[in-house]
Parts: sequence; structure tokens; C-alpha cells
Amino acid sequence: MDDGHGAAAPHQVVTGDHIDQDAETMNQGTDEATQQLCEALIVDLDAGFAEFMREYSGIVYSVARGLTITAADAEDLASEAFLRAYRALCGYDRARIAQLALRPWLLTILRNTARNAARDATRRPAGPTRREPTEHDLDPGHAIAADPAGRAEQDEAQRGLGTLLAELPEVQRTAVVLRHALGMSIAEIALVLNVKDGTAKSHISRGLQQLRALVTDTVPAGSILRADDTATRNEPGEGGTAHRVLTLGRRRR
Amino acid sequence: MTTNDHHTQITAALGGLAAEAPTGLMSKVFARWVSAPSSLGDVFVAFTGAGVQFLRPAADTDSIDGTDAIATFAKAYRKRFARPLMPAQKPPAGLLPTLRGRPARALEFDLSPLSDLEQAVLAATRRIPPGQARPYSWVAREAGNPGAVRAVGSVLARNPVPLLVPCHRVVRADGALGQYIFGSAQKEQLLREEGVNVDEVADLANHGVHYLASDTTNIVCFPTCSDARRITPQHRHEFGTLAQAFEAGYRPCQHCRPAVVAA
Repeated sequence: MDDGHGAAAPHQVVTGDHIDQDAETMNQGTDEATQQLCEALIVDLDAGFAEFMREYSGIVYSVARGLTITAADAEDLASEAFLRAYRALCGYDRARIAQLALRPWLLTILRNTARNAARDATRRPAGPTRREPTEHDLDPGHAIAADPAGRAEQDEAQRGLGTLLAELPEVQRTAVVLRHALGMSIAEIALVLNVKDGTAKSHISRGLQQLRALVTDTVPAGSILRADDTATRNEPGEGGTAHRVLTLGRRRR
Repeated sequence: MTTNDHHTQITAALGGLAAEAPTGLMSKVFARWVSAPSSLGDVFVAFTGAGVQFLRPAADTDSIDGTDAIATFAKAYRKRFARPLMPAQKPPAGLLPTLRGRPARALEFDLSPLSDLEQAVLAATRRIPPGQARPYSWVAREAGNPGAVRAVGSVLARNPVPLLVPCHRVVRADGALGQYIFGSAQKEQLLREEGVNVDEVADLANHGVHYLASDTTNIVCFPTCSDARRITPQHRHEFGTLAQAFEAGYRPCQHCRPAVVAA
């Protein structure tokens, strides 16, 4: 069977199908919403920008989360990207704002911001952090388990999806997140990545392929039984270590 | 377990990666504004989480209704600080007392987008106590750049936070009060309200006197210094320049610092 991701063959995968429907309705909705947002930005830049942020904060933050290590970094990156977007809008005239494809435009800014930040970081030695990262920053949603068994379980959680995703090249990681976490259309993803539709598709499918390989590799053969055991105990009806890793990953994020 | 199962699970789990943005994100991007009363009438103040950035009189924006006034303010703020603005629920700590003439320690500034010179000039200006005045050259020296007297004038002419950083207390060396961001009349009014001996200083300047010294302490001050104003007439000596005062054996006051005290 081929990769069967999303648009090419939605019927092959149940979840993919679901996402595709979502993506379609979302895109229709987005077009209208985009139009309204553009108008709001033209009428009153600041008030319009508040609406703009309410609409896109979740998306920008989700993608930023894939481009950074800690939640605090993701928040910084997202806010920096929004500020850059605002500064760009300040210099645009009405006609230009009216024609903007807001969402891909914003996500392109986000990727450029992340790239610049990474470049700056290699040029400048990192200064002292403004504050010590808290437990929340490093591992939202998980307190440090006191007992060794709990800690072991948490270690396994560390190998969750987010960690695996971090091993993909940036372009594949972003493509996969845009497609499967946010349900964006291939055409829009191609705009964000600044590539042709076919190339966007291949980034998504290569990313998924590699993720699958990583999931299989991460599961040590010996631990399958034990993990299966735990999985069945905790979540009856859903077995498999890979599944367990994945759900842990999902919970972690 | 089949490859297909993995695939289903991976895509399902990926769906869970769509995250809610943290609630604080909006505040990291937007600055807030409030309207507050001051001795020059109502003012608009813009501030970020780190501190106050911008203050302008509400009336300064020559418009009829309130909506336009704030739009003009937002435009001026945007030009300077390139950030979107939204209304604040409450003013930042220390703003209201400071505007009422009681400088509050709690009041913080976020002037990070300004140049180093601008920040140094504003920091030096902020150290001038109420009821006193200093010449531009004093600010230049205190800001670590004694040659930049003209630059100090330009920086203060576009002070983003007048009243809060008291640029009205910076006057010309010849005794004239000089220009003010809101007009010379307002500058004089503010200085008088604070209790600056405006008339006495002008009178002294007319006679070529710019420094006052006491022969009981052997200290020379600016005429507005609280120490200078305590000197009794029989012990008071007048000087046109600091050089003359030094020659006569006086040393500079450590409070108003007419010159840097030799270590």
C-alpha cells in the first residue's frame, strides 16, 4: 500500500479521511474568514490585528512548538512572528492587505523568524537565560514522577511523538504538522513551504515514512510484551507499544 | 501489528499535536493604553508588560471626538514603537501617583527600542529631583557623553515619556527655560507648580549669575538646588562660571553635581 496520506487517497485511512473533510470545510471557512480579517485589518489595523491573532494563535503556536525545544521558546517564537507580521502590515497599503493569503503568509513569516533565530544563535554565543526553565516549560502536563517505576514510564513518554518528530528535517516536520495536526490543504502547505504542490506532498509523505520508521525503531523488541501488558491494562481495546508511544507523545504535547 | 496500523496511529496522534496558544501570547505582542489625568490635562499612556513606553496629551491630538484622539495616539505610537495597541483594564503600577507629582518607584519603563544615547539621556533626566532644573550640558555629562549637548536637546524634544521622565526640568545654560515638547508656557507652568524659583533664577541670570556658593560649606551649586536655596544672604556668593567658583576655593555640590567631584 502506498503512503495513503491525505489528499491522494483519503479513503485508505480512516483518520486521513476525517482530516480531509475537516480540511475542506476549514478551507472554505478560512476563505471567508480571511476575507473578513483582511477587511478588519484595513479598517482598523490594531483592532483587526487582535482578531487576526485570536484566529491564528493556535496554528502559529502549534507549528512553533515543532520548531523549538521548550514551550517557552515556542511562545517567544510565536510572539516574535506576530510582531514581524504586524510590522509588515504597517507598511502595506489597502490593496496589498486585501490580496494577502493571511494564513500561509503568516506561517512563512514564522518559518523565516525561526530560521533567523537559529542563525543568530549560532553567530552569537548564547547569553544567560532570562530565567531558569521551569518544569512546566520543559515538560508541560507531566510532573516529575517520584517513584522509579513512574520515572521509567515517563522516560518512555520522552520518546513520544514530539521527540520523534524533532528528528525529521525541518521542512518535513513542518509539512507533517501542517497536514496532519492542522489539516491544511496541500496547496496551502505548498505556499508556506514555497514549493510546488508535488514537492509539498512528497515532504509530507517522506516525513510520515520516516516517522513510521522511527516509531518502529524506538520500540525495543524485548519491551513489547511488557508494554503491551501495560497498554492493555491502562487502555483496554487499544494495544501495541507503538500506539502507547504515540498516545504518550500526544499527551505530552 | 501492521504498517497500516502504525500509519493510522501516527496520523491520529499527529492530530493531537494541534495545541492551544498560551493565554499570555496576546500580551507579548500587544501593548496597552490608558487615559489618565495629569497636570497638563488628560494624557494617553502606552505600556507593555515591561513598563511604560509612550505618553502624549489627549488634547494634543487636535480632534473633536475621543475615538479620533486615540487613533492619532495609536498612530504616533506605532510609528515609534511598531506594536499594536489595545485598551488596558487598569493603569500600570506607579503611573497615577507619578502623574500627580509623587514619583513612584513602582513605575517602570520599557524603552528598549530606543538607542543607547536616548536611554542614557532619559535615565539622567529622570534623576533631576522635583523643584529643580539642570542645563542640557549637565544631562549630556551625566549621560556619559559631555560633547552631545545638542543631541540631548534633540532626544528630549522627542521624549517618548514626558512628565514621567521630567524633561521640563532641563533648561538652557543661559537661564532661559528653553523649548518644551508641549510648548514653553507649559514648561514654565510645570516648573512653577513644582516650586522651582523660576523668577529668582531668571533675575540672577540677567546679572550673569549661574551658580550660588556658601562660604560656610565652601560648596557651589546650581541656583535651583535645594542646598543653594538654604544659603542665608550673608553667606551667599554668586558666580558666573564654575571656574571662578573653583578659583575662589569652592567645591561642587554632590547633590546637584554642577561638576563631577574629583575623586
